[in-house]
Amino acid sequence: MQERVKKDPEREFRVVGTRPIRPDGADKVTGRAKFGADFKMAGQLVGKVLRSPHAHARIKGIDVSKAAVLPGVKAIVTRDDFKDQGSEFVPAGEMLVNYRDVVRNVLAREKALFEGHPIAAVAATSEKIAREALRLIKVDYEVLPHVLDAVEAMKPDAPVLHEDMITAGVTPPPTKASNVAKRIEFVMGDIQKGFKDADVIVEREFNTKPVHQGYIEPHAVVASVSEDGSAEVWVTTQGHWIVRAHCARLLGWDISKIRVTASEIGGGFGGKTVVYLEPLALALSKKARKPVKMVMNREEVFRASGPTSGANIWVKIGAKKDGRIVAGEAILKYQAGAFQGSPVQPGCMCAFAPYDLENVKVVGYDVVTNRPKVAAYRAPGGPISEYAVESVVDEIAEQLGLDPIEMRLKNAAKEGTKAAYGPKFGPIGLVEGLEAAKGSPHWNAPLGKNQGRGIAAGFWFNIGGETTVSLQLNEDGTLSLMAGTPDVGGLRASLSMMAAEELGVDVAKVRPIIADTSSLGYNFLTGGSRSTFSSGMATVEAARAMIKEACVRASKLWEIPLDAVTWEDGKVRPAGDNAGKHEAMDLGDIAKIAGKTGGPIVGYSAITAHGAAPSFGVHIADAEVDPETGKTTITRYTVIQDAGKAVHPAYVEGQFQGGAAQGIGWALNEEYIYDDNGRLENPGFLDYRMPVASDLPMIDTIIVEVPNPRHPYGVRGVGETPIVPPMAAIAAAVKRASGVRFFELPMSPPKILAGMKAVKANGGAKATT
Amino acid sequence: MAKHHVSATVNGDAVEFLCESEQTLLDCLRDELDLTGAKEGCSSGDCGACSVMVDGRLVCSCLVLGVEASGKSIETIEGLSDGEKLHPLQQKFLEHAALQCGICTPGFLVASKALLEKHPNPTETEIRYWLAGNLCRCTGYDKIIRAVIDAAAEMRGA
Ligand code: FES
Ligand code: FES
Repeated sequence: MQERVKKDPEREFRVVGTRPIRPDGADKVTGRAKFGADFKMAGQLVGKVLRSPHAHARIKGIDVSKAAVLPGVKAIVTRDDFKDQGSEFVPAGEMLVNYRDVVRNVLAREKALFEGHPIAAVAATSEKIAREALRLIKVDYEVLPHVLDAVEAMKPDAPVLHEDMITAGVTPPPTKASNVAKRIEFVMGDIQKGFKDADVIVEREFNTKPVHQGYIEPHAVVASVSEDGSAEVWVTTQGHWIVRAHCARLLGWDISKIRVTASEIGGGFGGKTVVYLEPLALALSKKARKPVKMVMNREEVFRASGPTSGANIWVKIGAKKDGRIVAGEAILKYQAGAFQGSPVQPGCMCAFAPYDLENVKVVGYDVVTNRPKVAAYRAPGGPISEYAVESVVDEIAEQLGLDPIEMRLKNAAKEGTKAAYGPKFGPIGLVEGLEAAKGSPHWNAPLGKNQGRGIAAGFWFNIGGETTVSLQLNEDGTLSLMAGTPDVGGLRASLSMMAAEELGVDVAKVRPIIADTSSLGYNFLTGGSRSTFSSGMATVEAARAMIKEACVRASKLWEIPLDAVTWEDGKVRPAGDNAGKHEAMDLGDIAKIAGKTGGPIVGYSAITAHGAAPSFGVHIADAEVDPETGKTTITRYTVIQDAGKAVHPAYVEGQFQGGAAQGIGWALNEEYIYDDNGRLENPGFLDYRMPVASDLPMIDTIIVEVPNPRHPYGVRGVGETPIVPPMAAIAAAVKRASGVRFFELPMSPPKILAGMKAVKANGGAKATT
Repeated sequence: MAKHHVSATVNGDAVEFLCESEQTLLDCLRDELDLTGAKEGCSSGDCGACSVMVDGRLVCSCLVLGVEASGKSIETIEGLSDGEKLHPLQQKFLEHAALQCGICTPGFLVASKALLEKHPNPTETEIRYWLAGNLCRCTGYDKIIRAVIDAAAEMRGA
């Protein structure tokens, strides 16, 4: 079932809101689309990475002499081939990067900090030879004690990963190094007073495991450095300008020397916003003077890329009898993996964002552990903190005997609400979403045996950022649209629709491509739910620039002043006194006169897109828990979310459904399992169990449309919010189905079974962890 | 050791290639025959992105050796459409927006075609279990299942 709830009846669209077939579709259903691993160059070598078998070890020496003389080996790189980088945080959009850490994540320097940490890379004439060469590289390790868990890593006697890491955000600064990179705090009002006023207080501790983005396409790159030092990179990425910047920095090359082309991307979800293989492939190619192709296998993806943080969260909420929340407090401890930079900051900012509260305090800790460095994963940080907060909200509603939707409506953030992290919200669609949930067929349907229903809300900020779009009017009146945010799920469709809408042409006349880094101005990456918002905004601006130019050309041709020309219904028309004196011209006519009226016509927009607006979602989940096995099945699911304006509703629904499915995996199955030596035991899809088709029901959607006043068409980003509510919604459903409230993810069958047994033994509905 | 010489039929055409003993059929299709429509998501038989038909049987080509293809008839995603005319499954996947990134799409299409050849009128549950060997991380499967149901109806002339 797919529904829409609109709040903006005034604006009529011709193309936006329809469901045309995507322009890149045919290539993708016929196997012709070229993804990361599908590209090859004549004479290319195969690049492979040697990885640390230890979770934590000092690297005393790397001997490549035997490997270097193996016939067919053309280049080897180790830490000695990369200059060290000073510790300096550089803004990279949503996150900060520290090149000191980036260079160490790409190739270990003093220490291997996680199992799978790259130690060396080899380029050879065949895969077989490359693998043999890796075997011949001798690494002298001094194995050190390791630590995997954030709470453990914070203990005073925990093994320390970085001997120079002094916790930031604490005064006075600690004198001793620790694994806590940073402490952050957001405070509003007076929580002590708030808790004093409360009639009911619930305080709980939660634990979540790291989960991987799980894109089906492994990381892949082809790099070719020519004799003059100019380089071509062909790579699967969410941001090819970011790849260019990182590679240029790590290699010490001019940015202009590196041209990066983004291949089709087989899923990213945040995980393809960083570099792993790219600098290695470039360094190898430069040494070997041949193109080098590198592709990770699935094991490497699990061991050395992604995931998002596992975490420990403590939440305390106080409320009045009528459900009004008077105080909220949380402490979040997020694993960052081997280097600082967990998404604990956005986690803190999101925690209570769905609510209009006076008294809030959130403290977060960014904790390094001997695991792969976390990467962004869809609404990074938000799902973890909001899972904990929403679970406590549900428990309070239950204790007070309130309907969980009513409880949320009583506290819901709305236009003018000041969020705990600072800003005041503009128009937002949370109340509309909750009302839509309340009236939905799902919320009002009967439940079967062993079934329970849960609901949760979720929030994500969304971002804008640097964006360039170029729109060219071709000689025949068709249009070429160049954007620079990789298309992860229908972007080209929605951009061509927005161009067609603005220009009054058929959508099939607009051919969109994702341009390379040398062909278009800078673009920040696809992430933060920004691509439809920002590239869409730039597309509309580029189209408007083109319209302006079309008017100029017509005024020249007609020899009338510019202000005597207007654009209406896709045509330039003489206006005022001249109305009707000349034949109106569409873009096809303008294209014909372009040469003689001033040259080629290009609409261009290079902007920093401001005004991204948050998107709120509400999910309803039905869970059936088998009392014999503890297995949970999701029997019905509905996603309700504010899209501002759904440009191509089918792909908006797709984002809702895909995010929900990932959340269901996070809630019920997915987790990293390590052995005592800190080695990952489930680096494959068999044992890292993501949802398959037979695990899931149809996922119903309700698109709420409360327009974003700062986007020309009202668009909000929609990609990330859908992964925020599922875990709490499912935990609430499981509670009602099984009688047990769980405070740990994933809620896998053995845990559920044990929880149900414990409750039976206690003879009551006692909570368990 | 010398490479093996393999002759087979791929999408109706006779092909020959040389392969190493350990090369999988997927490697051979992609690297030796330049048919990159079948994808490698795991190389362990868990994702279905590499699905092809071998003598009418649906297999994960990452679990078949290249040498085993000798004398066999192989069908890949590249052979699914009839010239310019898309197969009904391809058309319905597009109409239903059953792909986001599209990396899983070739595998789903090959597997769905195998299903509909056996069971022209499957239930939703049958489709879900048949496709349980194909992972999609983007769509939540909803639109894929709808596309298969719709294509099946069209192919039955319903
Ligand atoms: S690559 Fe063959 S099943 Fe995944
Ligand atoms: S569409 Fe991306 S994995 Fe299926």
